[in-house]
Amino acid sequence: MSGLLEVSGISVTFDGFRAINNLSFSIGAAELRAVIGPNGAGKTTFMDIVTGKTRPDGGRVLWGERSIDLLKLDEAQIAREGIGRKFQRPTVFEDQTVAENLMMALKAHRSPWRVLFWKPAGADHARVEELAVQVGLGEALARKSGELSHGQKQWLEIGMLLAQEPRLLLVDEPAAGMTLAEREQTTSLLVDLAKTHAVVVVEHDMDFVRRLNCKVTVLHEGSVLAEGSLDHVTANQQVIEVYLGR
Amino acid sequence: MTQGFLSKNPSVLIFLSALAIFTLVITFLSNAYGAELISTSMVKTLGKTLCLCLIAIAMDLVWGYMGILSLGHFAFFGLGGYMVGMWLMYARTRDIVMQSSAGLPLTPQELSDAIASQIFGVVGTSELPAIWAFAGSLPFQLALVLLVPGLLALVFGWLAFRSRVTGVYLSILTQAMTLALALYLFQNDSGLRGNNGLSGLQNIPGLAWAGQDRLSVWFLWASALALGLGYLAAAFTVSGKFGSVMRAIRDDEARVRFLGYPVEGYKLFVFTLTALIAAIAGALYYPQAGIINPAEIAPIASIYLAVWVAIGGRGRLWGAVLGAAFVSLVSTWFTGGRAPDLNLGFYTVKWVDWWQVLLGLSFVMVTLFAPKGLSGLVDMFDGLRPPQRRGAPLGPDDGALQEREAQE
Repeated sequence: MSGLLEVSGISVTFDGFRAINNLSFSIGAAELRAVIGPNGAGKTTFMDIVTGKTRPDGGRVLWGERSIDLLKLDEAQIAREGIGRKFQRPTVFEDQTVAENLMMALKAHRSPWRVLFWKPAGADHARVEELAVQVGLGEALARKSGELSHGQKQWLEIGMLLAQEPRLLLVDEPAAGMTLAEREQTTSLLVDLAKTHAVVVVEHDMDFVRRLNCKVTVLHEGSVLAEGSLDHVTANQQVIEVYLGR
Repeated sequence: MTQGFLSKNPSVLIFLSALAIFTLVITFLSNAYGAELISTSMVKTLGKTLCLCLIAIAMDLVWGYMGILSLGHFAFFGLGGYMVGMWLMYARTRDIVMQSSAGLPLTPQELSDAIASQIFGVVGTSELPAIWAFAGSLPFQLALVLLVPGLLALVFGWLAFRSRVTGVYLSILTQAMTLALALYLFQNDSGLRGNNGLSGLQNIPGLAWAGQDRLSVWFLWASALALGLGYLAAAFTVSGKFGSVMRAIRDDEARVRFLGYPVEGYKLFVFTLTALIAAIAGALYYPQAGIINPAEIAPIASIYLAVWVAIGGRGRLWGAVLGAAFVSLVSTWFTGGRAPDLNLGFYTVKWVDWWQVLLGLSFVMVTLFAPKGLSGLVDMFDGLRPPQRRGAPLGPDDGALQEREAQE
């Protein structure tokens, strides 16, 4: 099986601490996957490696039909290849309006010259508005994003992620700081997206993962401990020991 | 520049009108074209101030909008000045040599030797250094005004940004570049007359008939034109998505990378662009100042530049212009010896000595109490009040709201 993203045998060490240990992972072009694991299991480091923030000591990360080696690209190139990331803490540009944040994320040319002379067309404004409505910020387009509540920033960041039109979405704890209703909204959005995109969700919250109703990968000490449906992995004795049985 | 651009940025129109009115008023009060109420040296001071406003715009772009505290932009300013100064000095010396030969035909070699010994006698050589190869040609030397600082900025920026040096370390690096350049130019064998610098630049070859009265006004016009165009270009740069990306890089460059923008490319682009603006400002400044020497390039000049922009108000173009104009004019007044001494009875404050202390104090004050600088005063006038963002955060999940806001 050839997936959209093939990670094989990566390892990374921070000052002697093995954060990722011979990890292999694969995801298809339209698939939803939850990654769970106790603190320090390497979930965020795994995302850092895929997005180019951290260089692994060894292993391979291949992307797409042409099997591009992501380890040779920098963060910006990887993002342009179609990998979008939502951070654990919402990081939006607080000094700028919701519309400016979305406009910046909108899929378009990224080189300085092209951006300098780029003018938003009517379609771009319409798309920004549509995205804002989709994430519940339709009324807030002209507000500075620094004024938004934590939950609204989460939504704005999800909107920015969608604006990039990535093929793979890496979503780090999307439900943190959200109300119950918002969590449900997030769940349905992610499930919906996974019909056409690859979506990897890192999450602590088991209820949230259960609602996603998808294949689960359990990480422990930097490698895959178990993989399968949530019921399958929660029945696994090792998983119970390291994670659930605490 | 479409109508949409100007209507979306009304401050550009206001600024350009104010600049035009200022230039006209000075022209009609000058010795050459009007009421003779403003001395020629004052016209020159004002013209130089306009050039300083232009480099302040460059600094605001690179620092206020993009977050790179460059302490090297006066090096580009100085290099621009040196490049135009080489032609001014060479061409004028050539005229003098031709005159003193009194009609006797000189071979090109004799002419070149005579010019070289005139210019370089002061540093004890009589050979024309290789870097003066184009000094006889105005178009070439004007091209070098852009090429030399532009290439230096490009190479330096490429090396610095590629290795992702940021923040204070980058500032130190730019300062080191400036210092190295100044020290190099201080040497007599640098080919630019060492610490003597280039002088007599106020005499424009071929325009001796015009006299300083008229020349000063012409340079005022040229400086105003450059400032206007520079302002327009800068406003265009920061108004659209490019400006958005610049401010985003200032606030969180790692995040910008994950949006797919090549951050290093943007930094290099803006750094080089602003170096070019600085070079143009320098090329217009030094013919009005009349002399350039390596001390002008010393890091302290670039630190002053940062102070002007901070006092004027970072992150808005007219704030930078305001700061540069205000501080440099006040500085001229205080250091010109015209400010009355302040007699405290037990001690007399001589402003020539104490001005620096005053400037330093006001910089600290502005940084602590008025981060928006002078332009914050204009905001107050407009009734714009920034929200008070003090008080302890309510908690990690309510990061956006601070205690006071939450109570409101």
